[in-house]
Amino acid sequence: MRLTVNGEAKEIAGATPDAAVTVATLVAVLGLAATRVAVEVNRKIVRRANWPEVALAEGDAVEIVHFVGGG
Amino acid sequence: MTGTMTAMTNTGDRLKLGAKDYASRLLIGTGKYPTAALAREALAASGAEIVTVAVRRVNLDRNAEDSIWAQVDLAKYTLLPNTAGCSTQEEAIRTAMLAREVGMGELVKIEVIADAKTLYPDNQATLEAAKILIAEGFTVLPYITDDLVVCKKLADIGCAAVMPLGAPIGSGLGIRNPVSIRLIVEAMVEYGVPVIVDAGVGTASDAARAMELGCDAVLMNTAIAGAKDPVMMAHAMRLAVDAGRLASRAGRMPMKLYATASSPLEGLIG
Repeated sequence: MRLTVNGEAKEIAGATPDAAVTVATLVAVLGLAATRVAVEVNRKIVRRANWPEVALAEGDAVEIVHFVGGG
Repeated sequence: MTGTMTAMTNTGDRLKLGAKDYASRLLIGTGKYPTAALAREALAASGAEIVTVAVRRVNLDRNAEDSIWAQVDLAKYTLLPNTAGCSTQEEAIRTAMLAREVGMGELVKIEVIADAKTLYPDNQATLEAAKILIAEGFTVLPYITDDLVVCKKLADIGCAAVMPLGAPIGSGLGIRNPVSIRLIVEAMVEYGVPVIVDAGVGTASDAARAMELGCDAVLMNTAIAGAKDPVMMAHAMRLAVDAGRLASRAGRMPMKLYATASSPLEGLIG
């Protein structure tokens, strides 16, 4: 499935060809620490608790952010 | 020394922000440190309990190596996410919402930048963003210019503190307009809203000056991260904030134009 993640085009596959790609799948595939990031899909925040249920669709724009040093 | 105050426990009176209170009156930014180890040590030396962080996209190629979590044990600190880099109220609100989702905390520093050269804030957009975020349950700390009227409006809508700048961000010019800061302090005492000087502090005397003017706390980043020895400067800032706070509470002597002898004039040898 083709997604735009943080402005970059990404091809993401589910566990099986028929399996939905959820937000939880995406975070895991990208190797991110789930407790340290927040996710927006098409500019709407998806709460961490809902990641396993929210399926992504072809062409979705996903933003994944974390904390960095700042003043 | 009074009974309520002991050495090494800051100044004995606590800084109240929203529902929580803190012993330290020094808030520290976590940006621009040369190394993660220095950031860790400087944060420890500062005695700060609240540290600011920024919200940014994760780097998909480097596996989150630039995450602040890898550099500093953030569990030890209260995190104050900022909306740095935002230039509209919509961006600031979006960033604050994301920050809450990352950090699971309600504190947010609203920063809406209106001018690239000075990094001066857009006070009006800050006020609008603050209204919405307060309604969303955030504890809002707005970064603004040293404008008394704006501070009163922010206090009116329920901000947990006001954070006027002492000088432009990263300039190290110190408290350029102590009269404005003092006017804000006096007005905010009536509201019971703390004043935190945010930005402009360059060295320890600037921090002490802000506190002597009656401010409740100081927030700084570059003054420590940009010092030759950030850890030593963090320690200096801790002492300066405490010294300034104590001096403010102690009440300084009146200034006089001419000398007044400190030693008795009687009994001089003939």
